[in-house]
Amino acid sequence: MATNAYVPHAAGYVDNEGPKIVSSRFVHEDSYTLERSLATGGYEGLKRALTKAPIEVHDEVRSAVLLGRGGAGFPAGIKWGFCPPGKWPMYLVVNGDESEPGTYKDRLLMECDPHQLIEGCLIACYALGLSQCFLYVRGEMALAQERIAAALNEAYEANLVGKNILGTDFSVDVVLHWGAGAYIVGEETALIESLEGERGMPRLKPPFFPAAIGLYGQPTIVNNVETLANLPWIMVNGAEEYKKFGSETSPGTRLFAISGHVKRPGVYETEQGVTTFSDLIYGDNFCQGMRGDDELKMFIPGGASAPWFFPEQVDLPLEARPVGAAGSMLGSGAIVIMDASTDAVKACLRVVRFFARESCGKCTPCREGTTWEETVLRRIYDGHGRPGDVEMLLDIADNISPGPYPGAAWEAEGLEAIPFPPKQTTICPLGPSSVAPITSAVRRFRHEFDAKIPQRTSIPVTAS
Amino acid sequence: MARFTPENLVLAQEILSRYPRKKSAVIPLLHLAQEQDGYVTNDAMANIAELAEVTAAEVIGTCTFYEMFKTHPVGKYVINVCTNISCQLLGGEELLEHLEETLEIRSGSTTADGLFTIEDYECLAACTEAPCMQVNYRYFHRISNDEVDEVIADLRSGKLADTIPDHGTLQRVRQTIPADKLAGVHAPETVVDAPAWMSRNEPVLAARAAAEAAAKAAEAVEEKKAD
Repeated sequence: MATNAYVPHAAGYVDNEGPKIVSSRFVHEDSYTLERSLATGGYEGLKRALTKAPIEVHDEVRSAVLLGRGGAGFPAGIKWGFCPPGKWPMYLVVNGDESEPGTYKDRLLMECDPHQLIEGCLIACYALGLSQCFLYVRGEMALAQERIAAALNEAYEANLVGKNILGTDFSVDVVLHWGAGAYIVGEETALIESLEGERGMPRLKPPFFPAAIGLYGQPTIVNNVETLANLPWIMVNGAEEYKKFGSETSPGTRLFAISGHVKRPGVYETEQGVTTFSDLIYGDNFCQGMRGDDELKMFIPGGASAPWFFPEQVDLPLEARPVGAAGSMLGSGAIVIMDASTDAVKACLRVVRFFARESCGKCTPCREGTTWEETVLRRIYDGHGRPGDVEMLLDIADNISPGPYPGAAWEAEGLEAIPFPPKQTTICPLGPSSVAPITSAVRRFRHEFDAKIPQRTSIPVTAS
Repeated sequence: MARFTPENLVLAQEILSRYPRKKSAVIPLLHLAQEQDGYVTNDAMANIAELAEVTAAEVIGTCTFYEMFKTHPVGKYVINVCTNISCQLLGGEELLEHLEETLEIRSGSTTADGLFTIEDYECLAACTEAPCMQVNYRYFHRISNDEVDEVIADLRSGKLADTIPDHGTLQRVRQTIPADKLAGVHAPETVVDAPAWMSRNEPVLAARAAAEAAAKAAEAVEEKKAD
């Protein structure tokens, strides 16, 4: 069995107090084996689902208000309902191409509990009549691929996947597919392009979302790993039990990865809408405070694409709506904490550089814009900035994502609102995501930018 | 040389058979080629084009888009150091600098003995374990400069050969689907009907329709009474 001698089992996961839905098996050293899975209630959800009609399974998921965990937070049950009736075959594509900076819940789920994910895939396939499932795992995650491959082999052997599953008329294949290093492939249409053997460039949508026209032109459901990992629990315990956790609009628990300047960084499973950012950072059950008890300067609430938050927003609950109303997003549940020692320009440059490197090059505003953003930020950081550079940065940002957008918390401070959710001149949100760190950093820490730009005095021109 | 060996050709055919369209197998086949030769050769791409029934240009187009495919020889061990935001905050860049000094190469290049390649990489999804790095896509968490030196020494002496395979090998465990357990690969043009188990919906839908009709009828009666 594949192991890594250098990294302990489930490294980074913190088994804190509180309800556990998706991470319940992580504490076992052999959590990835079929034996452990079956001993701890694995595939019970599938058996439960098989006793119902597919439409009843779909209804159960819809009434659980299971929100998509990939970033957009769209209810999975409603997304499933977008498939045009009577168009066969339909496919399931599992989005395991987790590369958003700060995020690493899916890797843990794939490495530590692949059977839970496979079971989730099977439940989705059963509910919707999907003919084949493709599990797209990020290329760099070698251990996750090995664990899933081993788990699939075990499951095929035990007749849990494949032909006539558990002796019923339900037959579906789950195929492990793996990527080759491209952040953009996490976007669902780019994921489908990549799965078709093409370059991972997003498709234009609307009008046709993958649920209508997806893989090979057929209706396709694209779901995140964590979303599907919730299904077995919902099938066993029911939607009503599921809704007892979390808030009314965001039921259930989520895995949050908190990294950066905190005492105990880690991946924590906690209820949505109940816990606040402040609990996560300072709570004894979570990160136990800032490293060295330093002051909090800023934090990224939902992955690199999200506009930054500042100390006055720490009391917001971990729930999509209030975070969205405050002008950012909960995204993929990746929280990066930065203390007073952080250089805002450096942090901004690093995030923008990521988007510049990962731009697929399909849309001009993103391809050229992100590169120029990086170039200008780089020269400001290196001390070669020119007067007017900051305005130029904002202007480039405005060309990728025209703003401003009303209704954000910034207005309370007398500042212009950050354009979020971003308006975009591009096909996908990658380009507009690069704007978030710039607008956040410039509006709040303008003085840091100005301090780095040398003040030049005009050189007198003498006639020769 | 550099086309698929007979053993790999068998594997390639097995991979191809899992997809409704052969072109979908291009990325897994490129990985297989990289596993065989350490990088993706032109001959391999031509071979893949034949197998997947696409043009060689399409294979190159796909291959060069993805960061993990190397079209030139790289070191036996490719070291990816994460310098993205979470790792940067906790010393990812310093770790990269230390590696560059130790191996006396810049990131993106390979040592003269062909053993190591260093890459300045984007987020490796181990953010709470910063700074992190991968050697041939195997993780090292919260690694200090001294520990890096140790790992380099161990790699040189071959001590880690069991843990870390040569560059190109991702999965030492492969998915194999026994022929008798395969549910079937469904190409879009071959399927017109709903899968068998969807017929289980019929009684439920009929019952629901009947309940709805009954409710409507009851409503009509109520309305009549009201009139």
